[in-house]
Amino acid sequence: MISLPSKLSKFGLGLVLLVSCELFASADVVEFSDEQLRPRYQQLIAELRCPKCQNQNLADSNSPISVDLRRQVQRLLEEGMSNKQIKAYLTSRYSDFILYRPQVKENTWFLWLAPIALLLLGLIILYRISQRQKSTDPSNKSVADSSTESVDEPTVEPLSADDQLRLRELLKNTNGDSN
Amino acid sequence: MNRLALFIPLILCIALGAFLFSSLDKDPQELPSALVGQPFPNFALEELNDPERLVSSADFRGESQNGQVVLVNIWATWCFACRIEHPYLNGLAEQGVAIIGLNYKDNRQLAQQWLAERGDPYQMTIFDPQGTLGIDLGVYGAPETYLVDAQGIIRHRRVGVVDERIWNKEFRDLYNQLVEQAND
Repeated sequence: MISLPSKLSKFGLGLVLLVSCELFASADVVEFSDEQLRPRYQQLIAELRCPKCQNQNLADSNSPISVDLRRQVQRLLEEGMSNKQIKAYLTSRYSDFILYRPQVKENTWFLWLAPIALLLLGLIILYRISQRQKSTDPSNKSVADSSTESVDEPTVEPLSADDQLRLRELLKNTNGDSN
Repeated sequence: MNRLALFIPLILCIALGAFLFSSLDKDPQELPSALVGQPFPNFALEELNDPERLVSSADFRGESQNGQVVLVNIWATWCFACRIEHPYLNGLAEQGVAIIGLNYKDNRQLAQQWLAERGDPYQMTIFDPQGTLGIDLGVYGAPETYLVDAQGIIRHRRVGVVDERIWNKEFRDLYNQLVEQAND
């Protein structure tokens, strides 16, 4: 049986571990006057790209420019700017490059429409292939039905009497050669 | 007709190849410039050597600069490429090109020491320890150089070292043209 003090100390240890874990996770402490800004902040820094490090967002990067821009995003949020205004603020300085989710406009419509167009193209090709198979199927079936049950098996036309004669002749010759 | 259709994949492959080949020369590190054609951002910051003096965007609007065409060079003592660039800037200043320094996220003492050791090509140096003007300019790495015309409009931006080759290729003609316009 576990005594009360040891139970307490276990509880204490658990608490310490829990708290230390939390401290470790939030090394970069961001304070907001209004906690409602935090989810917006998280969303923005996840969608904004670090200008220096190419393939990281502001949230993932620890380059000095990302640290500065995170602070700037926080400051702009505190000033009461909307997400759209903050993005406009940053694109007017760092160009569209900074947006991981580019706006739909004349030089990005291809980017947005290409997946849909390719999907449609794939569907059209698939449809046409299936149509073609259907149109060739009936002729196959009629032959297949007359000879065998299986459609997969190659259909063999019966030899004509003339050909059968030639075949027999050929077989006889080769047998003779081997002997 | 059917036979020609067989060439479609080949044509698509060649088109894709041509597109990818043409992209080989492009530098993915280079961001499109958002501020070219825009006025130099507003700011008010201390001068590096003279903390009493406040430098502002009015210094680029032809009021105290007499409508001068200037180069604004972003530099820092922690920036290795700036070391390589510095002698060339000294040379440009000797030729009479007006250069304004923007000391970016740096330590004042180290920066002053740097200029004392390597020569000071700058008419004045804006001290921006927090990088606030840097954010307004869209700076993402030093060195960067901006060509600002007599009206305070940014006309060209170069991210990276300016050397003789870059100056001749990107700056010289535009600079001379802007100076001529300003003198008219």
